[in-house]
Amino acid sequence: MYQLAKVDKKFPGVHALKAVDFQIGRGEIVGLVGENGAGKSTLMKVIYGAYQPDGGQIIMDGKTVRFANPRAAMEQGIGMVFQEQSLIANLTVMENIFLGYEQQFVRFGVINWKAMATAASAQLAKVRLTIDPATVTSALSFAQRQLVELAKVLTLEERVQGNLVILLDEPTSVLAEDEVKLLFKLVRELTTRASFIFVSHRMDEVMELSDRIYVMKDGAVVDVVNRGEKTVEQIQHKMVGRNVDKEYYREHRQKPFDATKELVKLEGVSLPGRINDISLTLHAGEVLCLVGTEGSGREAILRTIYGMRTPLRGKVSLKGQEISRFSPRNAVERGVGYVPRERKVEGIVAGMTVYENMTLSQMGRHSSAGILRIAGERALARDWISKLSIKASSELADCGNLSGGNQQKVVLAKWRSGGSDIMLLDHPTRGLDIGAKEDVYDMIRDMSDAGVGIVLVADTLEEAIGLSHSIIVVKDGAIQKRFACEPGAKPSLFDLLHYMI
Amino acid sequence: MDLTGRFTREDAIRWAPLMVLIALVILFTAINPQFLSLRNFARITVAAAPALMVAVGVTFIILMGSIDLSMEGVLSFTAVLFCYAFVKFGGTLAAGGWIALPLILLVGAVVGMINGLIHVKLRIPSFMASLAMGFVATGATVLLTGGGIVKIDDDVFRGLLTYRLLGFPLMVYVAGIFVLIAWFIQTRTTLGRNFYAVGGGEELAHASGLNVKRVRVAGFTLAGVFYAVAAILQVAKLGQAESVTGANFMFISITSVVVGGVALWGGVGGVWNALVGVLIVNVINNGMVVIGLPDYVQDGMLGLLVIIAVVLSTDRRAVTVVK
Repeated sequence: MYQLAKVDKKFPGVHALKAVDFQIGRGEIVGLVGENGAGKSTLMKVIYGAYQPDGGQIIMDGKTVRFANPRAAMEQGIGMVFQEQSLIANLTVMENIFLGYEQQFVRFGVINWKAMATAASAQLAKVRLTIDPATVTSALSFAQRQLVELAKVLTLEERVQGNLVILLDEPTSVLAEDEVKLLFKLVRELTTRASFIFVSHRMDEVMELSDRIYVMKDGAVVDVVNRGEKTVEQIQHKMVGRNVDKEYYREHRQKPFDATKELVKLEGVSLPGRINDISLTLHAGEVLCLVGTEGSGREAILRTIYGMRTPLRGKVSLKGQEISRFSPRNAVERGVGYVPRERKVEGIVAGMTVYENMTLSQMGRHSSAGILRIAGERALARDWISKLSIKASSELADCGNLSGGNQQKVVLAKWRSGGSDIMLLDHPTRGLDIGAKEDVYDMIRDMSDAGVGIVLVADTLEEAIGLSHSIIVVKDGAIQKRFACEPGAKPSLFDLLHYMI
Repeated sequence: MDLTGRFTREDAIRWAPLMVLIALVILFTAINPQFLSLRNFARITVAAAPALMVAVGVTFIILMGSIDLSMEGVLSFTAVLFCYAFVKFGGTLAAGGWIALPLILLVGAVVGMINGLIHVKLRIPSFMASLAMGFVATGATVLLTGGGIVKIDDDVFRGLLTYRLLGFPLMVYVAGIFVLIAWFIQTRTTLGRNFYAVGGGEELAHASGLNVKRVRVAGFTLAGVFYAVAAILQVAKLGQAESVTGANFMFISITSVVVGGVALWGGVGGVWNALVGVLIVNVINNGMVVIGLPDYVQDGMLGLLVIIAVVLSTDRRAVTVVK
C-alpha cells in the first residue's frame, strides 16, 4: 500500500539514495538496518516528507504522490516517532500531543483545555499510559516520553482516513529491557490499525519485531530478509560487507588486572535518592562494568567518582588519597577522565578544532603563564590522530564535522593524551556503527594493557559481559551482586537479568 | 578553502562581512568620489576607535554566549574618573597625569570584575546583571559630576587626536595596538581558548575540569579594561567627559559585533569580526553624511542598513530557532 520505486536522492558530493525500492503492506512491521551513513535517515526523511526525492516515485494505494513537507505526509497518514527528546520539555503532555493541531479545541479564540485533556487521555490510553495529560513533559521518564511520542503520532488515526504508516526511529535506545518488551507488545497490537517501519541499531530487536528487514549499505538496499530467513551474523555481514570478528568484544585480549594497585575505592557512598551505600574498588588494568536499568544509579556512581556530585555519606579515594573537595577539576588533576553519554553536550565542542578539543582538559600542560604553545598542541594531536586512526582531514578540522565514531575517538584521545589512568566511560559505543564500535573495544583493551582502570556503563548487556573483568549489578541505587568475568567463565545474560529486575 | 582548494560555503560565510564592507565602500564612492579619500578615512577611523574598543571588549563576552550591557555606564564612569584623576595628578601628562592611564584601566577591570562576580556568584543572567551594573555606574557618574562637565586641557594628551602619523591620528594606532593585544589573547592564551570552550559547550567545559565561573569573571574583567581604553580614547577625542559620554555605545558596539559575524549564541567569531563590524557601521554612518542624506533620515537608514548587513554577513541557516 506504500511503495517507493527507484527513489534517488543526491546531495552535493554524496549520492545518498541509489534507486531504492521499498514497500510496506497493511499491518506489516518492516525493519530497516544499516551502518551509520548507509542512508537510513535519508530514506526515512524521504518517507515522512522532510526530503523530496530527486528521482523515482512514491506510490500510495496505487497513486503517485509527492509531499512538500512533513505535514503534507502526515495528512496522508504517514507519521514519524522521533528519537528521544523531540518533545518540548516545558509544555504539558497534552500540548505536545496536539502541537500544531490545537485549532480543534479553540472556541472563540480560546483553547478549551478540558476538551484537550479528554482527547489527550484518549490518545494516551492507546499506548497504555496512565498519566495526567496536564503533566509537564520534563517530569516524565525517558520511557514515558517515548510513549507520548507514539501517542502523538497516533492522533493521525482520527485525522486521516485510510491506512497509517508509522516510522519508529531508534525507539528503544533509551529504554530498559522491560520497557522495550512493553513497547513491542504495543506495536504488535497496533498493527491492526497501522503499519510500522522500525529503525534500530540493535539487531536482535529488529529481528524479533520485524516481518521483513531491509538491509542498507552505501545508499542502496542490498538485501531484503523475511522473518527467520537469516541469522544476525548473516545480516551484519551484508551490512558491513565483511565478516564481523568472531572475537567481537576482544575477549582474547583480556588479561588479568593488577589486583595490588587500587585506583578508585568507594566505601559506603550515598547520595540521597540516587545511590545508597555503594562500595567498590577499581584496580589498574581492570574493566569494571556497572550494569542496571535506566535510572538504577549507574550514572550517579560515575558522576560521584568524577566529582560532579558530592556524596552525603561515605568515602571516595582516588589512588589511595581520600577526596575532600568534590569537583571535576580536582578529579581531572588526579588522572580521572570522563566520557559522557551525551557526546554532543559533554563530549566535544563543535566549532572547535580537533587539537583544541584534545587539549581542552590539559591546557595548563601546554601553556606557560597563560600563553599557549600551539605548535606543541598540534603535534600531540597529529600523533593521536594517527595512533587512533581518526578520520579527520587534519588536526585543524572542525570536530563538529567528524562522524560519531571519530568524535568518540577524539574524546578518548583527549583524556589518554593527558595521561588519565582512571577512565569513566558512559555508553561509549552508543550510536556508533559496527566498525567504530570495534575500534572502541580495541581502545579499551589497549588502555587495560597500559594499566588504566576503566569504569564502564555499556550500551548492551552483551557488551558489558564481553568487555569486563568484573560486573557489578546495580538496582535502585544499591549493589545487588558482583560477578567476576574471566574469559571462558563469564556470567550469562540470564544471570545478570535475574539481579537487575 | 577545503582540501581541493575550492571556495566553500564556510569560506563565503567567513568572508561575507569583509565583502559587505568593501561593497559599501564601493557604493558610497560611486555616489560621491570624495568618500574615498585619506581625510575621510581618517575621519571614519577616529569615529570608530572608541567604539572598536567597546566592541572588542563585548566580543569576549558574546563569545562565551553571555551578553554585557554595562558599557555605556562603565564608559561614562571611567571617562569622568579619568578626567578627575588626570587633573588631580597635575593636569598634564608630563606633570603626572599619566598615572591616570594605568589607574583607569585598573578601575575598568575592577568594575568589570564586580559585574562578572554579580553574574556568577548571585547567579543572575548576564543580561540583567550587566544592565543593572550599567545603571549603577551611570548613577555614580552623575553623583561625581553633579551633572557637570570635566575638561582636560593638555596638548600632549590631546595629541592622541591632533598628532597625525601617515595621515591618521595617533589614537587610531593606539586602538590598533589594543586590537592586536585582544587578538593575541583570543588565539594564543588559555583564557582565549576557554572563552570558545565555554561558548561552544559550557557543560563540556565544566566536565573537562575547566573552572567555568572563573573564566566568566575573567571575561567580564577583560571587557571592563577595554571599556576603560574606550573611555580614554573618547576623552582624547572630545577633551572632556560627562555622564552621557557613554551614550549610544551599546547599540553601536553590539550591532557591530553581530554585523561582523560573531554569533550571539557564543563560540563563533572573534576580534577580527568585531573590527570589520565596527568599520561597516561607521562606514555606513559616515557615508550617509558624505552623500548628503538629510539628518532626519540618517538614523532610520542606519537601522535599515544594519539589518541588511546582518542578513548578508551572518550564517542564519545553521540556526533553526531565532529568539
